[in-house]
Amino acid sequence: MCTVCGCSDKRDGRYRKVKGGLHFGRGAAGLHVPGMSQSRLVQVERDILSKNDAYAGNNRSMLAERGILALNLVSSPGSGKTTLLTRTIERLKGGVPISVIEGDQETSFDADRIRETGVPAIQINTGKGCHLDARMVGDGIRQLNPQQNSLLLIENVGNLVCPASFDLGEACKVAILSVTEGEDKPLKYPDMFHAASVMLINKIDLLPYLEFDIGKCLDYARRVNPDIHIIRLSAKSGEGLAEWAGWIGHKLAACRIELEPA
Amino acid sequence: MHEMSLMQDVLEIIEDAAREKKFGRVKTVWLEIGALSGVDPQAMSFCFDAVMQGSVASGAILEILHKPGLAWCMKCGKQVEISARFDACELCGSFELQVTGGGGMRVKELEVE
Repeated sequence: MCTVCGCSDKRDGRYRKVKGGLHFGRGAAGLHVPGMSQSRLVQVERDILSKNDAYAGNNRSMLAERGILALNLVSSPGSGKTTLLTRTIERLKGGVPISVIEGDQETSFDADRIRETGVPAIQINTGKGCHLDARMVGDGIRQLNPQQNSLLLIENVGNLVCPASFDLGEACKVAILSVTEGEDKPLKYPDMFHAASVMLINKIDLLPYLEFDIGKCLDYARRVNPDIHIIRLSAKSGEGLAEWAGWIGHKLAACRIELEPA
Repeated sequence: MHEMSLMQDVLEIIEDAAREKKFGRVKTVWLEIGALSGVDPQAMSFCFDAVMQGSVASGAILEILHKPGLAWCMKCGKQVEISARFDACELCGSFELQVTGGGGMRVKELEVE
């Protein structure tokens, strides 16, 4: 029996609370002797993502001050994100300045494809990393230096798991699901579809050749996120792109700032 | 495997605490992991030793406290426990749920000397 408070010696892998206080009699000797080396407990209570969230908060305020709409595009590899991006840029670039941050483990192929459309793009290679984090994106924004009242598109690493947890400071996460992947993806990767505000169902021009049940897909997505906004489109045929561009236009208008006269 | 980079953040939080609270060695680390946090506690344990090696927490024991997922059912007007984001309300079967707990993960406490 412990000589401090009379509690049992049985260790349960956790310190024992003693009527609102901390038990300091858990050292090797089972009691606390002033001046003797003894381990102590330190309350930390910090969210593991707090560092990332602090960087994301800085990014968000920097973007808001400049009236920049940032969208974080997430999907599996091969969902057609980069093609969708180039088509979106071609459609919108006459009306709004656009810049792009491309995230991939390796290569600058995607940033090269984006630059061919005439808009500035930087490639962030994560190396062994499976997602972009807010610190990388902050560095990317500073280097890109996007114009005021512009659109910043962030193409995350192709991965439906890890990017769900990392806030980059974006206005919304946009999840892209192509019909060749199967309608059950929202249930297989619920965290991502829960974190996203919008789901784009891409490659719908292929629907006649597939057994993709679009009704089920919508139902599954709404199970994990009742508020998710869903747009069906095909980057290839152009179907649905007007609705997607309209949604972006609406969001751009909401974050515009008044520019001071030069 | 974002658990590895999350564990790097855990180490940074521990090192900040070591500077602030002035301790030289960590014996036990308690992490609280929510059921809906999107991380695999086993993968966290797997990364722990590798990431802590050579730090103040080298050789420390990792204790994971599991926090249940909680959601507010719009239809029932009650709080229910869920284990995944796609779960229905156990009382009425509705998917109109707002997650209210178990979505986070935090460093709770350290045993240090």
